[in-house]
Amino acid sequence: MKQFIAFCESFGSALCMLGRSACYINTLPRQFPRFIEQCYMIGYTTMPIVTILCFFIGSALAQQSGYSMENFGAKQFIGALVGLSMVRELGPVMVAILVAGRVGSAITAELASMKVYQEVDALVTMDIPPERILVLPRLAAVLVMMPVLTVIANLCGWYGGALVCQYTKSISVDSQSYFAVLKRFMTARDISDGLLKAEVFGFVVITICCHIGLSTRGGPREIGASLTKAIVTSLIFILVLDYFINEILI
Amino acid sequence: MSTADPAPLSLRQTVGITVAHLTKKFANVTVLNDVSFEVRPGEIFCLMGPSGSGKTVLLKHIVGLETPTSGQVRIGEFDASDPATRAKVRLAFVFQAGALFNSMTVYDNLALYPREHRLGDEKDIRERVMHALSILSLEKALNKMPSELSGGMKRRVAIARALVMEPQLLLYDEPTAELDPILGATIIEIIATLREHTAVTSLVVTHDRSLALSIADRVAIIMDGRIRAVGVPEDFKRTTDPVITNFLSPLIDLKHPRFKQLENDHE
Ligand SMILES: Nc1ncnc2c1ncn2[C@@H]1O[C@H](COP(=O)(O)OP(=O)(O)O)[C@@H](O)[C@H]1O
Ligand SMILES: [Mg+2]
Repeated sequence: MKQFIAFCESFGSALCMLGRSACYINTLPRQFPRFIEQCYMIGYTTMPIVTILCFFIGSALAQQSGYSMENFGAKQFIGALVGLSMVRELGPVMVAILVAGRVGSAITAELASMKVYQEVDALVTMDIPPERILVLPRLAAVLVMMPVLTVIANLCGWYGGALVCQYTKSISVDSQSYFAVLKRFMTARDISDGLLKAEVFGFVVITICCHIGLSTRGGPREIGASLTKAIVTSLIFILVLDYFINEILI
Repeated sequence: MSTADPAPLSLRQTVGITVAHLTKKFANVTVLNDVSFEVRPGEIFCLMGPSGSGKTVLLKHIVGLETPTSGQVRIGEFDASDPATRAKVRLAFVFQAGALFNSMTVYDNLALYPREHRLGDEKDIRERVMHALSILSLEKALNKMPSELSGGMKRRVAIARALVMEPQLLLYDEPTAELDPILGATIIEIIATLREHTAVTSLVVTHDRSLALSIADRVAIIMDGRIRAVGVPEDFKRTTDPVITNFLSPLIDLKHPRFKQLENDHE
């Protein structure tokens, strides 16, 4: 019960933080360099790992579905299966998980250490709201970078699947018919649903990580504790939200 | 949010501080107990006291980083715990540990305030920052990161960062601790010179008896979360209160009973 109340409290104060950040949205043009820096942090540094992981996820997906679909004689539909699974589910979820692990953790660590070493207090006394220069540019950057990362993830997954299908003996669906099927069953709606999910996940992850970082209290030891908490909370939110967003979208 | 370009410091009003019956409890521990005093506009007020007596906590109430359990702190006519007050009164707080922004160079640390509050273009800001750095002879540290500075330099950068703000109210938390005597004296000079040239009100928390008695207009002594005495420095030179005389010029007593155990151990 106590934990539930604590959870509600943090939820409320995270919403307050979002509200306060939103108040400063008109300062965003002035903060353009900071925004670009965060885009670089979120987009560029996560890109390699997104590329590699999603390529292999697409491949593994093709392998497994090739194996099981053979029994139904439905091998020719692998393209649709891999394509749709990547776009609607695995792409957004994997990107969100990687952003949480790669960027969210870095954000929490940075903000938590700023809090512990009184840098945040210094900002407050200088009448520079921390939400304005620490939270807002990151939220704006994640909203811009999530779709980009997700599109890259999808493409990598598709090509990973195509390669496996072409060169695995037991499947041997050539990439032309793979992509033809993929195209036939894919609608614009599928893609936009996936991107929407990615946007929601990214926004939630960065909000959680910023909030937990800024709520750190105590000494340097708490930085580590905040880090763990931020990652775990982010993962839980991604997977639980995933279910509910699917429920709404499908 | 944008702050309207404030009037030059000489034209701005000086502000005072009123602390009225301030009590602060952390959990069950009373750190400040019914503290009342007043800092008059434009004066240098020194707050002295043994460590752990609640000096830093008191300063945090004045800058609005802590809220009172009961009682009130006012800056001029504004409530210190109201966040809007910091937009109305320009106050600078020199943290005991410096609280420099570790991800920025010294220059960017100083330039952050004028940039965020848009006090002029980049050239004006540069001039302003360089001026503050030169006062504290920090020109060489311009492009260094805080992690590359010594403790004393960090403290000076923290003070320079406060000067760049051209504050109406300047609070120092132990500005001369950890500094060598020459730098300590420089800091004392800066505090005194600022008062002559600007309308700044200074509140200095310190252990440094010579600092307090040489430049302060008035001095207060805080012990165990209570104000023990307030007065002009002369009062403290003549005081007969044994607790205060012992705090100001402690006798070194090697025969004190608390050393008994040590002596016995060595025999
Ligand atoms: N955030 C806090 N939570 C609990 N106790 C605190 C907190 N901050 C300070 N204290 C306690 O308040 C007392 C006064 O601290 P402080 O004002 O830092 O002393 P000093 O006079 O040396 O600056 C200390 O006993 C300290 O343990
Ligand atoms: Mg202190």
